[in-house]
Amino acid sequence: MKFHSLKVAAVAVGLAFTAGCAKKPPKELPPAPSESGAQETPTGVEGAIVPGSQADFLRSVPSDKIYFDTDLSNIDDQDRAVLDAQAAWLQRYPNVQVTIEGHCDERGTREYNLALGDRRANAAKNYLQSRGINPARMAVISWGKERPEALGSDEGSWARNRRAVTVVPQ
Amino acid sequence: MTQYRLLFAGIAAAFLLATQPAQAQLSVDVTDESGDDLAIAVPALATPQTAQTAAGSTDALGRQIADIIVSDLRGSGLFRPIGPNAVRAIGYPEVTAPDFGYWPGTGAEALVQGFIRAEADGRLTIGCYLYDVALKQELTRQGFVLAPADWRRAAHKCADAIYARLSGESPFFDSRVAYIAESGPKNHRVKRLAIMDSDGANHRFLTNGQSVVLTPRFSPDYRQIVYLSYIDKRPRIYLYDVGTGKQRIITESANQTFAPRFSPDGRNILYSMAVGGNTDIYRVSVSGGQPVRLTNSPGIDVGGSYAPDGSRIVFESDRSGSQQVYVMNADGSNQRRISFGGGRYATPEWSPRGDLIAFTKIVGNFRIGVMTPDGQGERLLTNSWQDEAPTWSPNGRVIQFFRTSQGSGGKSSIWQVDLTGRNERRLPTPLDGSDPTWGPLLP
Repeated sequence: MKFHSLKVAAVAVGLAFTAGCAKKPPKELPPAPSESGAQETPTGVEGAIVPGSQADFLRSVPSDKIYFDTDLSNIDDQDRAVLDAQAAWLQRYPNVQVTIEGHCDERGTREYNLALGDRRANAAKNYLQSRGINPARMAVISWGKERPEALGSDEGSWARNRRAVTVVPQ
Repeated sequence: MTQYRLLFAGIAAAFLLATQPAQAQLSVDVTDESGDDLAIAVPALATPQTAQTAAGSTDALGRQIADIIVSDLRGSGLFRPIGPNAVRAIGYPEVTAPDFGYWPGTGAEALVQGFIRAEADGRLTIGCYLYDVALKQELTRQGFVLAPADWRRAAHKCADAIYARLSGESPFFDSRVAYIAESGPKNHRVKRLAIMDSDGANHRFLTNGQSVVLTPRFSPDYRQIVYLSYIDKRPRIYLYDVGTGKQRIITESANQTFAPRFSPDGRNILYSMAVGGNTDIYRVSVSGGQPVRLTNSPGIDVGGSYAPDGSRIVFESDRSGSQQVYVMNADGSNQRRISFGGGRYATPEWSPRGDLIAFTKIVGNFRIGVMTPDGQGERLLTNSWQDEAPTWSPNGRVIQFFRTSQGSGGKSSIWQVDLTGRNERRLPTPLDGSDPTWGPLLP
């Protein structure tokens, strides 16, 4: 019920999202896929990226992560753009199994955050399923607030930690 | 029931006070916020003859036991102990015949004297006596014969007897705490299951930190600990056998299970399970079998804590749009919200006395508070950046919780506070600590 009204709001402001949407973490995001993934993950014999690998995934999608507002798990236009690209890649490699991790910021209690992280991971999974990805290919795991990406105790860090990450095995 | 008894005792005491002010019995009041603590002298325990034991010499033990009694009593916030360093040593014959001419000069209103004796069979006999200095009267005594390795328990039992006699409350020092020991960077904390005595002594790690472990709870007999483990990257609840070190999964499930709790009789485990983004509360027998689903609202129903008689469960739900505290019957019927104070409410824990619910209140910062089971009389006990997850002392008079510090360090520590909110202190742990769970009084 609450989600519906928020979705409508998200659509309404969707056109202006690059400038005005407060939801997304600030400029440093989304991180460049090459930052952590591409260089460290297995590549072919001559350094070429293996099709269907984690490195290939990170190179092919705008981000492996989508981000959420405080205490929310709705998918907005920005998330859709990311997840559409992920879905297209997953369509190309139908044998790849992924895990979708749900994460929260530190400003929630531990057990509630475990439940909220599951809700976020499932929001991403459900969207990917709606784009034709077989749900049996997508495991979900919630880490709650146990594995933050940003270490600070500030709004910017919290925004980066409220996320769902699509993890392709290496 | 307990409340009535205390009420009558209070009335009787007030009457005595009014009629016989000069001869009032010594007592302390756990609800007293005046800071007017009772002065109590605790000299080193006397020994008839210094002897070596498996835990050290009886001389040294006599002093260490007095130190523990002092530490326990001070930690309760009701006493101003005068320890073995500040008063003269006593001789063995004095233990049962205090020098009532000397003690008033020390400022002590109460006096604890005791002895420790090594027995021929290798065990220790430890006795302690509590005296009212003004009335020149013995108030209570305790004695134990035990293995040298258990000497600290005798100290806690003595402190418990003193606390119970002078406060009218149930004892709580001789009890244990399980918690999660933490180390490493904030984005990759190593978490280990650990146990310790209520004062932090006899610390022991139970898991090696290879898998993330969270939210332990003791079984009522201390033999098992139920907790969440991320072993094999499959978060499920496990039962750890403290005696054998073995663990087993509680209930096989395709979905994530977490937030486990024992029922007061130790026969059932309450847990939460997330299915497709929707979390509900279930109950399963410790021996396994078919789980029973207790909640079915759309949204997050999580955690839970039984009333001491097992008839009701307090839990947390965001069905109203934000985290709030609800009470239901043990079979899941009659669910109703009890928190209406504004802000979010989380991690409710029912006091072992039955009279209060402790919770984490989120209004910007996280604070520990208490309210009655019908949601009345809310009081916040702490005020820090992030205090979370209260657990009750066995007598329902003290609360432990964990405090997280702001910033990139991710530091956490275990604290305790009494119900006045006045006496707050940090527990000593070798590493950082979180998710404390306080077990019942040891027999």
